[in-house]
Amino acid sequence: MQPDAAIILQIRGLHAFYGESHALHGIDLQVHEGELVTLLGRNGAGKSTTLKCIMGAIPRRLGSIRLRDREVVAAPSDRIARLGAAWCPEHRGIFSSLTVEENLLLPPVIARGGLSVEEIYTLFPNLAERRRSQGTRLSGGEQQMLAIGRILRTGARLLLLDEPTEGLAPVIVQKIGDAIRQLKTRGYTILLVEQNFRFAAGIADRHYVMEDGLVVDHVLAADIGTATDRLHEYLAV
Amino acid sequence: MDLIFGVPAPLLLGQLILGLVNGATYAILSLGLAVIFGMLNVINFAHGAQYMLGAFTAWMMANWLGLGFWYALFLAPLVVGAAGIVLERVFLRHLYDKDHLFGLLFTFGAAMVVEGLFRYQFGSTGQRYANPLPGGLQLGFMFLPYYRALVVPAALVVCFGTWFVIERTQLGAYLRAATEDPVLVRAFGINVPVLITLTYGFGVALAALAGVMAAPIQNVSPLMGANVIIAVFAVVVIGGLNSIMGAIVTGFSLGVIEGLAKVFLPETSDTVIFVIMAIVLFLRPAGLFGQEK
Ligand SMILES: Nc1ncnc2c1ncn2[C@@H]1O[C@H](COP(=O)(O)OP(=O)(O)OP(=O)(O)O)[C@@H](O)[C@H]1O
Ligand SMILES: [Mg+2]
Repeated sequence: MQPDAAIILQIRGLHAFYGESHALHGIDLQVHEGELVTLLGRNGAGKSTTLKCIMGAIPRRLGSIRLRDREVVAAPSDRIARLGAAWCPEHRGIFSSLTVEENLLLPPVIARGGLSVEEIYTLFPNLAERRRSQGTRLSGGEQQMLAIGRILRTGARLLLLDEPTEGLAPVIVQKIGDAIRQLKTRGYTILLVEQNFRFAAGIADRHYVMEDGLVVDHVLAADIGTATDRLHEYLAV
Repeated sequence: MDLIFGVPAPLLLGQLILGLVNGATYAILSLGLAVIFGMLNVINFAHGAQYMLGAFTAWMMANWLGLGFWYALFLAPLVVGAAGIVLERVFLRHLYDKDHLFGLLFTFGAAMVVEGLFRYQFGSTGQRYANPLPGGLQLGFMFLPYYRALVVPAALVVCFGTWFVIERTQLGAYLRAATEDPVLVRAFGINVPVLITLTYGFGVALAALAGVMAAPIQNVSPLMGANVIIAVFAVVVIGGLNSIMGAIVTGFSLGVIEGLAKVFLPETSDTVIFVIMAIVLFLRPAGLFGQEK
């Protein structure tokens, strides 16, 4: 990251609610252009909820979320997408009534500069072989590749990736890690939710730690050695 | 005279063709219901009333505005579809996250109100609608009016056109995906609420189109929708509530089966659909073409 890189995402005092239940209690975080930042934290800490809030996929949210210069905390989610944020949800969201290729081509292009379909197939060769299959016939790892791949075509520059390694075999985790590193080199800005600390430590510039709906710590990649014990404590079950 | 299974061939062929004509109405109506259910999760009990409205709009256009059948064929579905869009925007959209039962009760109530108003205004005897294509073909075993002969291929074009858009185009991919996960599709930048509204409008327009097409064949009566809609619900249950192809194939097939029943077991012709529905529900609860969730 350039030290003076523009702030792409700025969250201030964000609260989120599922019906009556209060899931985020005023969180602050920011992400600069070209950075790869992780959100770490235990089950139920509020990591996915944070991504859903940025994407506008939760009905009740309060506080401030700025994408570049625009306030989007009250914006509908289709508008947020058109401002350049793209979401790869925890449940992956591969559509069973669509083929692999239809899944890949589903998100509309919102700006120039996205990857071409061929580039996506080069990044994830497994998908090319299965392009005619029903989306949900893919293995878990392939579905994850598809879920990441399809948001690369649209020209969105801020990627919100929710636990892309969850439940996957080590070789696949490594492939996904390689792909994410390549995306960073290509200049994408990435906010990555992870529980797999070793995976996150290997690729990120900075880490936020969440607990009970709050951001409780912030660690730079350079300081990770001294912070390891503290982080293990946050993440221990 | 030739006999087929002990039945005179002209009678059998005649009923088969009439069955196909009825099947055309079933297919278009059940297709509209399936499209609406897939996208809105609402069982549109107003479908019969909207079919009736299509026929009456054509009748009113002819009698009050002097607009002939071919105008009505396009304009009546537009008018009734637009009314459907208003209904969706004002009322239905508040019911999506509630139980199915609310949408069903609301549309049922709306249908009762509309049908009641039309009965009050027009009585229940019904109005005649002039045949736009007089004449017909002498087939030897029967006289086939041109108009009825045209209804079947026209319905096929409408049904397969709709199938093509849903299964083979990008717009159709948005619709299929939004049926599965509307929140995610919206987060891709697609205005899902508008998609839902247009889908309802389209489903209602299909019902109205079936009504216009039925007008020259049947009496245009406030009760025509109530009479047909129960059979159409059986059709979508048999085909599978969420299956487009199921609605089309089952619609035509059941028209034909009803026609055959009239020949072989006349006293069962009104109930045969429901017997089939019961058997299908027993063996394949998701319907012949439906997918278990
Ligand atoms: N759909 C929902 N309805 C109600 N409460 C929810 C819903 N989703 C999440 N929550 C609650 O909100 C809180 C934060 O959940 P969230 O999914 O953001 O956690 P997370 O950090 O992503 O956890 P995980 O690592 O398990 O994915 C939890 O207490 C959870 O129970
Ligand atoms: Mg989560």
